[in-house]
Amino acid sequence: MIASLIAIIAREALRFVHQRERFLAALVRPLVWLLVFAAGFRAALGLSIIPPYQTYITYETYIVPGLCGMILLFNGMQSSLSLVYDREMGSMRLLLTSPQPRWWLLFSKLIGSTAISILQVYAFLAIAALFGITLPAWGYVTVLPALLVAGLMLGALGLLLSSFIKQLENFAGVMNFVIFPMFFLSSALYPLWKMAESSELLHDICAANPFTHAVELIRFALYVDLNLPALGWTMLATALFTAAALWGYDPARGTMRRKT
Amino acid sequence: MKSQSNNGLIVDSVSFSYGRKEALKDVSFTVEPGQFCALLGPNGAGKSTLFALLTRLITTRQGRIEVAGHNLLKSPRKALASMGVVFQQPTLDLDLTVAQNLRYFAALHGLAGRDAATRIDAALDRLAMRDRASEKVRALNGGHRRRTEIARTLLHDPKVLLLDEPTVGLDAATRQSITAHVHEITAENHLTTLWATHLTDEVGPTDRLVILHQGRIRADGIAADITGPTPLADRFLTLTEAA
Repeated sequence: MIASLIAIIAREALRFVHQRERFLAALVRPLVWLLVFAAGFRAALGLSIIPPYQTYITYETYIVPGLCGMILLFNGMQSSLSLVYDREMGSMRLLLTSPQPRWWLLFSKLIGSTAISILQVYAFLAIAALFGITLPAWGYVTVLPALLVAGLMLGALGLLLSSFIKQLENFAGVMNFVIFPMFFLSSALYPLWKMAESSELLHDICAANPFTHAVELIRFALYVDLNLPALGWTMLATALFTAAALWGYDPARGTMRRKT
Repeated sequence: MKSQSNNGLIVDSVSFSYGRKEALKDVSFTVEPGQFCALLGPNGAGKSTLFALLTRLITTRQGRIEVAGHNLLKSPRKALASMGVVFQQPTLDLDLTVAQNLRYFAALHGLAGRDAATRIDAALDRLAMRDRASEKVRALNGGHRRRTEIARTLLHDPKVLLLDEPTVGLDAATRQSITAHVHEITAENHLTTLWATHLTDEVGPTDRLVILHQGRIRADGIAADITGPTPLADRFLTLTEAA
């Protein structure tokens, strides 16, 4: 079983190495937000001191955790896209017909794609540091488990979506209906209290969004702090998404049971 | 007789429907070890559904499938471990080399290290693909990609080989050579082989033949006995026209 886990991760890694454009695209996206969007907005948005920050911070500093979340979110969806592609191309069949428990195979796949996402987050944090946006030194270490949990949650969401998306073409819909709402209706770009000033309803939606909790978990971990409720919500969402994805991939009912 | 067990392939009263559309209706046949069985049927006959069931991509409670003596519903992992599958869709990673693709598959079956390397070399030798081991799959032609996939199915010493229209998109000479290869492998290793196709020229007179049409079995026996004096192509048309 361990051999298959290693092989699945190695395959993800090899595929990743072969797709340098994907790596660059995944880095450019958050960097544009950080260096262009945030620079333009720092004057417009005043931020007060809220935990985990102990002093006034620039807007650039505020959105770094959100952008880490963005990398994980896009990668989770990207892996879902590649799963749908794999299904159309047959490599998913190859995986599912190997004599391992199906949950283990899907879990291995999840770990593999999360590991790749985490590498990208660290690359992003390194570049951000070059531009002078630095974090407490230990934060780079303590963020690792937070990235793992958040990455697993978003990867599980991707897995879940891939079990329900029928064709590759439907993927644009995922972009519009999953990625954008999740990202914008979260604490990634603006703190929740700021959202509450304009609309209570939007605030409530943001507070319920699991992505908000993933971002907060990362935010606190980057400052060597633990946000227990965020951890709880993220783990709960991970469990729910994983359970639903396993249901979707169950040979007796799931979506493989479709005329292809 | 229906409750018998062998080390080959048993499909017993299997039915399956997609919603209201019945794809397979009470399908039964057995293939003995050492036998090459062609599953012949026009497009939409239910071949792919049957393969999805045989490989447990989907399951049904109506009927029983046994692979190398293992019931697919009760001990799926043992059954999957003893089968080798070539899917209709290509399943190789184009950006990886032939050897990397095989290593990935070996690991999925719990084979690693020296043992995997030895098996990979042997399987590639068997299909005359050894000198291409370090080439990227993207650089291979369709015939060589198929051979790589067939080599891959042999890595874990399966007892039952399932091939779903493995010659789709290949030219006549390549088709013939791949068909011949699989016949040889079946005989040499005493395998049970199920070869789905819609092309009558891939079926030899001594092959076991099962004809599937509109989800039902229309004929089952040795090809020469089913056809009699008429060519198989004509016999096949008659059988599948009458509906």
